[in-house]
Amino acid sequence: MKAEKLLEARFPAKPERLCLVRSLVKSAATNSGCSGELCEKLVIALNEACMNVIQHAYKGDESGEIVLEILNNGSELLFRLKDHAAPIDLDSVKPRNLDEIRPGGLGVHFIREIMDECRMGHLEKGTGNFLEMTKRID
Amino acid sequence: MHGGTRAGPAGQGGVQNTSHAGEGMNYTIREEGGYAVLELTGEVDLSCSPDARKQILQCLDGNRNLLVDMTRVTYIDSSGVASLVEGYQTAKKKGLKFGLVGVSGAAMSVLQLARLDKVFPIHQNVQERLKADG
Repeated sequence: MKAEKLLEARFPAKPERLCLVRSLVKSAATNSGCSGELCEKLVIALNEACMNVIQHAYKGDESGEIVLEILNNGSELLFRLKDHAAPIDLDSVKPRNLDEIRPGGLGVHFIREIMDECRMGHLEKGTGNFLEMTKRID
Repeated sequence: MHGGTRAGPAGQGGVQNTSHAGEGMNYTIREEGGYAVLELTGEVDLSCSPDARKQILQCLDGNRNLLVDMTRVTYIDSSGVASLVEGYQTAKKKGLKFGLVGVSGAAMSVLQLARLDKVFPIHQNVQERLKADG
């Protein structure tokens, strides 16, 4: 089945826009038949992914743009995030040991815990970064 | 909920400070049973977690035992959780009491994901915490 694009949104890399991201993700997940619990988890994962872009890719530069696409292929939701920040060090993006009680570093763990698959990389010619996440919904 | 002020629930000693934070969070601070009770309301995300952190650390800097009332927290992200962890660790270092009360379902899901639900002292409400303190 060809994936249906549920939405494409472009927004500035500002913390104040995270509320909008959560609302869009919740709407797309609800309309795809996801349970309330799954919607809540997907909202958490996408919020964390956008936060990582704001904090670690754009490093607080609010003039940066984030592009979010959500697609539904009938059995999975696919979330694509793109930014146009300098290419990040992909090896530095990994979950930390949760036995260590300290502030920070939980976002990647949340995303990996919630999503079935995650893939990240650099856009062509070093023009930015992408993160693709999929979640089964059937 | 946007910034602005609102009266919090009257505890022993009443509302001491009522204020606002970022886009989606309000807070009140009151005194109850030897604790400063910081009640957070709304969505605690990156846009307002620095303010939540500031309130938590200010209470502890004043050498006050602290309970964070999360009954009305409708969302918390990892930056909000980081503020709680920092509060927990600061209180520990200073020999002060720290805990969470009335953690909403939405907030509990995030604490469970972070496996912090067994780390923070969590009680249903302030009275339950005071009972547990003996």
